[in-house]
Amino acid sequence: MSQQISVRIDGQLCTATEGQTIFQVAQANGRYIPSLCHMEGLSSAGSCRLCLVEVQGIGRLLPACTTPVRSGMSVTTNSDVIAHNRLMALELLFTERNHICAVCVSNGHCELQALAQTLGLNHVRFPYNYPRLPVDVSHPRFVLDHNRCILCSRCVRVCDEIEGAHVWDVAGRGINSRLVSDLDRPWGESQSCTSCGKCVQVCPTGALVEKGRAVEEMTKRNAVVTQLAAKRETHL
Amino acid sequence: MTKARLATMWLDGCSGCHMSLLDVDEAIITIAQRADLVYGPLVDAQAFPDEVDVTIVEGAVSSQDDLEKIQHVREHTRILVALGDCAVTSNVPSMRNPFAVKSILERVYIEGADVQKGIPTDGVPTLLKHAIPLQDVVKVDVHVPGCPPSAQAILFVLNELLDGRIPDLKSKVRFG
Repeated sequence: MSQQISVRIDGQLCTATEGQTIFQVAQANGRYIPSLCHMEGLSSAGSCRLCLVEVQGIGRLLPACTTPVRSGMSVTTNSDVIAHNRLMALELLFTERNHICAVCVSNGHCELQALAQTLGLNHVRFPYNYPRLPVDVSHPRFVLDHNRCILCSRCVRVCDEIEGAHVWDVAGRGINSRLVSDLDRPWGESQSCTSCGKCVQVCPTGALVEKGRAVEEMTKRNAVVTQLAAKRETHL
Repeated sequence: MTKARLATMWLDGCSGCHMSLLDVDEAIITIAQRADLVYGPLVDAQAFPDEVDVTIVEGAVSSQDDLEKIQHVREHTRILVALGDCAVTSNVPSMRNPFAVKSILERVYIEGADVQKGIPTDGVPTLLKHAIPLQDVVKVDVHVPGCPPSAQAILFVLNELLDGRIPDLKSKVRFG
């Protein structure tokens, strides 16, 4: 039986179970922490850096989704420093690739776009990168548009952890990192893809989408994946 | 009471933001009572006036002509508003940015043309390497994203500015 511990979140004393992350405990206690890579039912990656929080006694911000709570820990989920860093992380996601919301199939249903609105981001202070990126349309049912990818790795995790196929990986380093299927072959030629579409459903942006969707038409049902994960827990 | 001097400008955009401005419907009458529209595609003025209180700019900066216009506007305007995603993020015009200007022009005017193949040079401004947001070249005082921004958002911005406040848009607007 896991041990119950006490932590402070924004001054409020909270009971947590050892092994839970700051993100989970904060959420269970009604605190809003923004995130683009976290998804209930999948492991945590800490890739989007939007859930950064302050932990007393630690001289730098930590991602709430990958930091486990410890007894006596005191966490601040919002401050000027946190807001400044979150906003900057969000702006850099926009500058890194070509997020043209107006002509995106996910316009109006995109977690990146919605988070910008929630955090009141109405312009990006840094110069845009305008990289030249491919769009993989080789799969009969789905499209991978690298222009919209934020490398959150939800697709990598859902394919590995829920579907068990592990089609996706992130190849390359830094700004050259790219999502690849089957050791960097076109998605349509993948031997391991089961065409289940879970990666499409969990993708927060218009990077993984269904074919044949026009602008604003791509709605996603990522709750299905969380439900699947929960059901599996019950059966195991 | 002296009326505020309002101008609008259209750079590399589709005019959709100006359409959205007109979508404020009858509220345009109350705006007209408080401000004179002294320049822009909606009026006949030929030259940009020396002193303007508020200039609303639609579109990205894509050509040498756009660049000169926006720099001139900045010099003669108290408050510069970037209206819409093209002015704020460079949006659709920026979709050419990953490609070299020469290759785009060749694709359109040589490979894509059936008659009179050739890149036009007379009477058209030189394209910049990239279509860029206004803030990359001039100081922008108010950013109003949206494709287009809603009429309500534009009306809110105009009323706040005419009341002497810089509008705080927070979550009233969004990209796209």
